[in-house]
Amino acid sequence: MTQPVQILLTGVDPSDPDNWRLRNYEQREGYVALKKILSENIPPEKIIEEVKKSALRGRGGAGFPTGLKWSFMPKQYEGDKYLVCNSDEGEPGTFKDRDIMHHNPHILIEGMIIGAYAMGIRAGYNYVHGEIWNTYERMEEAVDEAREAGLLGTNILGSDFSFQLYNHHGYGAYICGEETALLESLEGKKGQPRFKPPFPASFGLYGKPTTINNTETFASVPWIIRNGGEKFLQLGKPNNGGTKLFSVSGHVNKPGNYEIPLGTPFAKLLEMAGGMRGGRKLKGCIPGGSSMPVLPGDIMMQTDMDYDSIAKAGSMLGSGAVIIMDDTTCMVKALERLSYFYFEESCGQCTPCREGTGWLYRVIHRIETGTGRMEDLDLLNNVADNIQGRTICALGDAAAMPVRAMILHFRDEFEYHIEHKRCLV
Amino acid sequence: MLSTESIKKIDREITKYPPDQRQSAVMSALAIAQDEKGWLTNETMDFVAHYLGMPPIAVYEVATFYNMYNLQPLGKCKITICTNLPCALSGANDATAYIQQKLGIGFNQTSADGKFTLKEGECMGACGDAPVLLVNNKRMCGFMSNDKIDRLLEELGE
Ligand SMILES: Cc1cc2nc3c(=O)[nH]c(=O)nc-3n(C[C@H](O)[C@H](O)[C@H](O)COP(=O)(O)O)c2cc1C
Ligand code: SF4
Ligand code: FES
Repeated sequence: MTQPVQILLTGVDPSDPDNWRLRNYEQREGYVALKKILSENIPPEKIIEEVKKSALRGRGGAGFPTGLKWSFMPKQYEGDKYLVCNSDEGEPGTFKDRDIMHHNPHILIEGMIIGAYAMGIRAGYNYVHGEIWNTYERMEEAVDEAREAGLLGTNILGSDFSFQLYNHHGYGAYICGEETALLESLEGKKGQPRFKPPFPASFGLYGKPTTINNTETFASVPWIIRNGGEKFLQLGKPNNGGTKLFSVSGHVNKPGNYEIPLGTPFAKLLEMAGGMRGGRKLKGCIPGGSSMPVLPGDIMMQTDMDYDSIAKAGSMLGSGAVIIMDDTTCMVKALERLSYFYFEESCGQCTPCREGTGWLYRVIHRIETGTGRMEDLDLLNNVADNIQGRTICALGDAAAMPVRAMILHFRDEFEYHIEHKRCLV
Repeated sequence: MLSTESIKKIDREITKYPPDQRQSAVMSALAIAQDEKGWLTNETMDFVAHYLGMPPIAVYEVATFYNMYNLQPLGKCKITICTNLPCALSGANDATAYIQQKLGIGFNQTSADGKFTLKEGECMGACGDAPVLLVNNKRMCGFMSNDKIDRLLEELGE
């Protein structure tokens, strides 16, 4: 088996305690892209063009084309503009951004500098998830290294381009992963999502034009500049450029992050993750983080890992968190735990989400504990319908979609619970 | 109200934001204050508010919104264990039961000797290392078998 091309974690060796440092990063072509841009004076539009060509899609969950997002930033704007990295990785099942920041922090820094150059931005923030203190400290050290080497700050590498980057440490609120909640949080407030429009590109951090991308999105950029957007696109498949990190968790032998080209068959990824634990049968898989619809094992086994294939199969690629469940898993219990999470993490601003997530949790809880009624299944779908598409942010959808998919694909298991007041498994 | 060392750390955070946006440092200021004091009293929050030029209510709002702030006194070690689905599929519930039985406490309780407080956590972005727990917000421990839990509790209990 030939080793698939890696661009995010190439040459990265976590067992070497100094491997993340600037000089090691430079040995793996680090900052070559930035130096090329500055020495050749590549025009910013050219960079956005290249990113568009690459078909890089946002790795934070929504899969929005990155080049297009970058082109929304006002060009002739006189005042401050901001670049923000969303490293608030809290979507259950996702642990890829932590590995990028911890083991290869400079790839993120370089990607952000290039993004800032392309959009004419002079200041940026990297918002790091609260629970990963060591990784936040690692980022702080890496930013210091870059600053000392003249890669961040005023007149980067002697050019007339300046960019300051700071890390901001979160403190435990899933909703701050939502981009406008994250901006509120950066401003020192409760992380409650904003109404959109206006979008961050016109009214973002401190009311200024702002672009927000996920850690992995930025980390993909240096390779694109070094090798060209066309090459990146070819790594994956049309409309789904590049490689992607998949965080595989649950019932596999080797949980962990696996970087594979988009379009790789799921079966191959499962094999890389060591196959099913105990050789058991794959019952279901949530292919894109807990907010996405579950898919039954047999559908999953025929699906490829890219945005379009997973959408066709009936779910979403999301953040690339692949949660594997074998035939010992009680789907009612699994859904109960997820519903509790959304209920706990709802910021409470919109009634359908605040009240609805509570309803979902309570009804699933009563099915799980043996006091459910057959009508509850319709009730759950009904509550989900009343949340989905009726809220300020997508947390409402994230709470509703898993419920509908679980009932759709594993209805007999829910019915069994209600009838027999116990698990099928 | 806070040690000069803490103030120095807060000052460093303030420099990250534009001069008219001191409020952006409130999350780190509260975290630094909590590291020093163990938990956030109203007095501490008022101090932070004054220091950053914010209305105290705005600081309370932040402190109550984010889960990692301690608004009540707790044991010497706060242990937060993730029980979300990906971790639950890989032993988090067994690990939780084992810790609870060993310490003789449930979630949101403090052991009789005042050493440990147990909290239930949400995804910490480390699901591949399940079972995962966090000690005092900063030290993350993964692959927590009963053996490793024994060793950790012993070390922390000293
Ligand atoms: C409830 C919720 C949680 C989210 N959590 C994250 C997250 O942890 N990390 C992330 O990058 N994006 C997250 N997003 C998506 C962001 O709002 C945003 O789309 C993304 O950061 C944009 O970056 P991208 O285009 O590079 O993907 C979340 C969205 C919602 C609604
Ligand atoms: S959908 Fe939920 S989390 Fe999002 S803004 Fe509304 S209440 Fe808050
Ligand atoms: S679910 Fe426990 S760390 Fe992600």
